[in-house]
Amino acid sequence: MMEINPQKPVLTVRDLRLAFGDRHHATEVLHGISMHIRAGEKVALVGESGSGKSVTARLAMGLLQDQKRTHVSGSIWFDGIDAAKGGKEIARRRGNRVAMIFQDPTSALNPTFKIRGQFRDVLRSGDRSIAKAEADRRAEAALAEVSIPDPKRALDSYAFQLSGGMNQRVMIAMALANRPQLLIADEPGTALDVTVQAQTLKLMHEMTERTGTSVLLISHNLGVVREFADRVYVIYRGRIVEHGTTAQLFNDPRHPYTRALLAAIPKISGGGLPDLPERSPDFENPLITHEGCGEPTEAFA
Amino acid sequence: MSNILRSLLHRLGAALIVMIGISMLIFAIARVMPGDPARIALGPNATAEQVAALRLERHLDAPLPVQYWEFVKSVATGDLGKSLYTNRPVTTDIAQFLPATLELVFVSGILMVLIGLPIGILSAHYRGRFPDHVGRLISLLGVCTPAFVWGVILQLVLGYFWGWFPIEGQLSQSVTAAPAVTGFMLVDMAIAGNGAGFLDALHHLILPALALAMSGLGQTARLTRSNMNEVYERPYVEMARAYGFPARRIATRYAFRPALIPTLTILGLEFAAMLGNAFLVEKVFGWPGLSRYGVEVILRKDLDAIVGTVLVIAAAFLIVNIIVDILVNIINPRIRLAAGRA
Repeated sequence: MMEINPQKPVLTVRDLRLAFGDRHHATEVLHGISMHIRAGEKVALVGESGSGKSVTARLAMGLLQDQKRTHVSGSIWFDGIDAAKGGKEIARRRGNRVAMIFQDPTSALNPTFKIRGQFRDVLRSGDRSIAKAEADRRAEAALAEVSIPDPKRALDSYAFQLSGGMNQRVMIAMALANRPQLLIADEPGTALDVTVQAQTLKLMHEMTERTGTSVLLISHNLGVVREFADRVYVIYRGRIVEHGTTAQLFNDPRHPYTRALLAAIPKISGGGLPDLPERSPDFENPLITHEGCGEPTEAFA
Repeated sequence: MSNILRSLLHRLGAALIVMIGISMLIFAIARVMPGDPARIALGPNATAEQVAALRLERHLDAPLPVQYWEFVKSVATGDLGKSLYTNRPVTTDIAQFLPATLELVFVSGILMVLIGLPIGILSAHYRGRFPDHVGRLISLLGVCTPAFVWGVILQLVLGYFWGWFPIEGQLSQSVTAAPAVTGFMLVDMAIAGNGAGFLDALHHLILPALALAMSGLGQTARLTRSNMNEVYERPYVEMARAYGFPARRIATRYAFRPALIPTLTILGLEFAAMLGNAFLVEKVFGWPGLSRYGVEVILRKDLDAIVGTVLVIAAAFLIVNIIVDILVNIINPRIRLAAGRA
């Protein structure tokens, strides 16, 4: 169990900007995102498609920086480095200090290699010199931990031989195998059916509680966020528009966009859905930060 | 393994059907060629008695189905008739010339894979950067330039100007051939324990093999590159990057293997096509192979020899395709395991 200082942020994003294009014509898609995640905290980044939530996650992993025609400014402090710069430092921490879970676990696993080989490489990210036998032993233990009934058989399977739910368990086991500080979950299980998706989130919750891992949950599903997250950032068109604890945000949404999002949750009582306008001048209102959710004041990094 | 065996039997059955089709086609061509097949087969110097005897022997006066049946029977018993050009049984000629061609095509295939795949991997790995530009240029030149032009260029530059390689033939004058055990020069030299002879044979083999490989090599590189670029967009490659797998390992394993599956099918076709392309390369390099023999006998309207050569090359083509199909099945777990379940 790692030492947890609940005040110290694990991830601090400051004025993060991202633009695509060349020198003469660049389109900015993130207009200065600032957010933080404390140790052991579960934070959700909520917004509609194209709001910039997924690219924020990928920037934190250092996955976009080395691509052509990509311009990043601002900082992403994580584990003593600035991940916004991309490059080797953050690359060395991937799979090890920070891990990621994807929408569709079955397509996130390579179809031409058994789980065993991929799990070995995941463990190698944490320990370059790990022996095969030791890696297999740890992989089996990790799969048993996420309640996979026959870990040996799962390791000797290809992803397409397992169910989506099984693969999601495998992904969670892989993600947490090296005990990362931060887990980024990009719409986990959206490709799976609702029941399996709920099980996935429950398992992810339990496992990260156990390992003390902080979570950044990327989602457009407010129902999921309400169940899972301690704190929520609402992102709209590349800007954070509202930020507070989950309770504050759901009980007292203040930004017009957040209110519109909440109104768009289907209710069992029926009555039809109000239209969520694609753009509204109200949505451009300045950031609203709820009480007690401001940026921690102590020194970073 | 039984599923692979089953698929092998299935392919063999299909190949048999193709062979029957080809034999019918060749049979028909031999019958529609103007003139008397017996006269053509025996050449202009044969007497009327000889022609009549052959007509009788080949049942040329019988109805067509009977003729076809007799043709199939003689092929099945290993009798392909006699070559006018060499005045020997066609089977003897083929046994002599086929190994040299197979050796050439086999080494070309190895070069195609050993050079083409790495160029494709490097191009995809360094997409849009310098190694990619070089790789694409090589593969474009390889695909666009016919094998015999490559033959002449390689002969001229590497053989004549720089003198690195012998210009033609299978062995140097000073080297005596090893006793023919398999007919493959390299193998026979190795069996005879003649190291210098082996190297000499290899030295002679490289230029023609490279000339023959260039087109398939270019195609292989192009396909590997484009298939890998497609695979690089897949979630499992992003997963590999997100979990810190080394970039080189992603290129050579996690992106390469899924990209290899569609590439391999085309690679097999390219390999088989070399059997046909070999004839001009063999001509350019004075290579004593079956393809060159095939050209000679076509030019001389040596009917039995043409029929024999076509049948053997068709069979070789089919065998290569079967091998490639099996390899694709082995390398693609989805097919392998699905076949096992069925």
